[in-house]
Amino acid sequence: MSGTAVVPHASAEELKMPSRGIVGMACLIAAEAAIFIIFVVAYVFYLGKSISGPTPREVLDLPILSTICLLSSSITVHFAVSALHHSKRSMCSLWLALTVLLATIFLACTAQEWWRLIYHDGLTLQTNLFGTTFYSLVGLHASHVVAGLLMLSLALFFSLRGQMTAKHTERLEVLSLYWHFVDAVWIVVFLVVYVFGR
Amino acid sequence: MAAQTPAPAIIDKTAPRAPRRLVFEVMHDWITTVDHKKIGLMYIGYSLLFLLIGGFEALLIRIQLAIPNNSFVSPQAFNRLFTMHGTTMVFFVGMPILFGFGNYLVPLMIGARDMAFPRLNAFSFWISAFGGVLLYFSYLGGDGLYGAGSAPDVGWFAYAPLTARVFSPGHSTDYWTLALLLSGIGSIGTALNIVATTICMRCPGMKLNRMPLLVWLYLVTSGMVFVAVSPLTAAQIMLMLDRYAGSHFFDTQAGGSAVLWMHFFWIFGHPEVYILVLPAFAFANEIIPVFSRKAIFGYPAMVAATVGIGFISLSVWAHHMFTVGMGAYANTFFTFATMIISVPTGIKIFNWLATLWGGKIHFTVAMMFSVGFLFQFLIAGLTGIMLSASPFDWQLSSSYFVVAHFHYVLVGAILFMIFAAFYYWYPKMTGRMLSEKIGKWHFWIFLIGFHLTFDFMHIPGILGMPRRIYTYEADRGWEVLNMIVSSGAVLQTIASLLFVFNLIWSYFKGAVAGPDPWDAWTLEWSTVSPPPPYNFAVTPTVESRRPLWDLKHPDDPDSNYEM
Repeated sequence: MSGTAVVPHASAEELKMPSRGIVGMACLIAAEAAIFIIFVVAYVFYLGKSISGPTPREVLDLPILSTICLLSSSITVHFAVSALHHSKRSMCSLWLALTVLLATIFLACTAQEWWRLIYHDGLTLQTNLFGTTFYSLVGLHASHVVAGLLMLSLALFFSLRGQMTAKHTERLEVLSLYWHFVDAVWIVVFLVVYVFGR
Repeated sequence: MAAQTPAPAIIDKTAPRAPRRLVFEVMHDWITTVDHKKIGLMYIGYSLLFLLIGGFEALLIRIQLAIPNNSFVSPQAFNRLFTMHGTTMVFFVGMPILFGFGNYLVPLMIGARDMAFPRLNAFSFWISAFGGVLLYFSYLGGDGLYGAGSAPDVGWFAYAPLTARVFSPGHSTDYWTLALLLSGIGSIGTALNIVATTICMRCPGMKLNRMPLLVWLYLVTSGMVFVAVSPLTAAQIMLMLDRYAGSHFFDTQAGGSAVLWMHFFWIFGHPEVYILVLPAFAFANEIIPVFSRKAIFGYPAMVAATVGIGFISLSVWAHHMFTVGMGAYANTFFTFATMIISVPTGIKIFNWLATLWGGKIHFTVAMMFSVGFLFQFLIAGLTGIMLSASPFDWQLSSSYFVVAHFHYVLVGAILFMIFAAFYYWYPKMTGRMLSEKIGKWHFWIFLIGFHLTFDFMHIPGILGMPRRIYTYEADRGWEVLNMIVSSGAVLQTIASLLFVFNLIWSYFKGAVAGPDPWDAWTLEWSTVSPPPPYNFAVTPTVESRRPLWDLKHPDDPDSNYEM
């Protein structure tokens, strides 16, 4: 037995395999989804179990504007990817800028909501179980938005400097996958916290 | 170094011992490496270190319990010992040693040159290792600044409200939380890497149904890590918020629930058992066929059973909670879910037996450990079925019967297969054989010690000895039994030290292994031992499940029978 690797003595068919980035991001999304599920379960489990006020019904408003902004940013990032795919680089920058703008509006709305809750309604993490679960679940989502916003801004920066070309489409696609995930989580949070939980 | 030689010539030679270098150069090489083999070896090395520490803690526990009314350690120190023993063995021995082997073997077995994300791989290793160091740092820093002897004492399950600020002052619980959070991030990173490697990096011809079973099992294990370790991470975040930011997740005074922590912990904790045992199965799937000189029996059934275990294991966690008052319907559901998981497990055991059936069995040390594993895993499964019946569990919950049961799985099955894996793959990793003579001593002493300890441990459990007690009265009828159990622990310690001696001695004096000492048939045996950076000079091409068999037996290759 010589030490050589197995010598190709017939041509085995080349396998078509997905890209590493997409698979890696899919795995990360699976892990993150599990984390979010635990926080959602905690939120639902503790609904109505607070022994003091305020309750969700008293203090929460439907965040219509921010929801519209976040959900439409999923569409704009998709357009950015397909613009890059067709080598329309300035269109890509435009769509990316729009995505960043929408995400920033979403974060600003969240900040405004939290400011009102804390200083007007006196609801903090320590107030009661509702405060505990609300800030941790919505905050976990918001921290994912912040991370996504940073990466999107970086992509926009590279795009404006002309350093992003069609061969980087796949990387932008990986980023957009993450962003779609953040949006999908918001749909769950919106329904659980603001619609059914009220 | 010699002048530039073409790549195939390098791989033909036996690997030369590298010229002597400065210590700092070697250290720099290891610290900055992104090579999957070196990272795998570092995982294995650091978990062996923790195995010795965790084993030492177990020995102290057994010394304390050897005779009644003993005062060898204080009750507080005893709590710290079993907490640290459990946490260490699960998070800093079991997970990293199995991921270490996975890191080392998966790319080699699928004909890849490295993992899909080498730098993420290095990051995952270092953050897990840092978690382990942080956990043990609590012995120094847990009670405020450098108050000695202040490790966590809340049990490895850290049930609420034991972890609340009032019951656990100081920082020992924070160290525990942070250590597990970090090692959890490392595990998720490694699992992500293994999945991406298996799916995207296979060599030509390596279709999914031709992958070695080991790779299949690591793929399923990694998938389970995403859905099992992430809940633990989430629960640790909640616990940290409770302790640092004053939130009320597990604070019963403010309406929080202690049972919710149990659910979150066991949603992680039960699949974790399968995350640990599936790699042990994976080693058995490679070792048993090679030393029976037969192809594995029922490859598709093995894969299906693995996937089945992966799914069912996610719906059994509450069998740890039969006695907390979930109600009859929940108990019934989790009883049946737990019993159903014995079906795919049974399929595996029968397939290993069918592989052995009529084979030409070579009793190398690796094979002896594998056969020991088969018997002991069977017994572990049988006591598992007993405990899964919730009325029976009501009698024996939190007794030494349970301790005996899960140590049968963790030591009798998993540690035995880890030993087997060392004897089987050590030649590939170092180029030297482990001594079979010392190995046989190691096996027999460990086997006797194991059975003395854990067979006899069932009986005081049935007689009513609860777990986590630091001492007991002399009139309970447990004294002799506990003495036998503790003497078995001493034998296991001796055998483990013999094993460590073997590892070191064989590295310098062991027989030179050559590329394929076992006449095996998976791809890792096709390169030299130890494999060069980037593993293969020529990317291999495979046509069947046993590529080296095809090469060695051109007259009757597997590829004639497949497809």
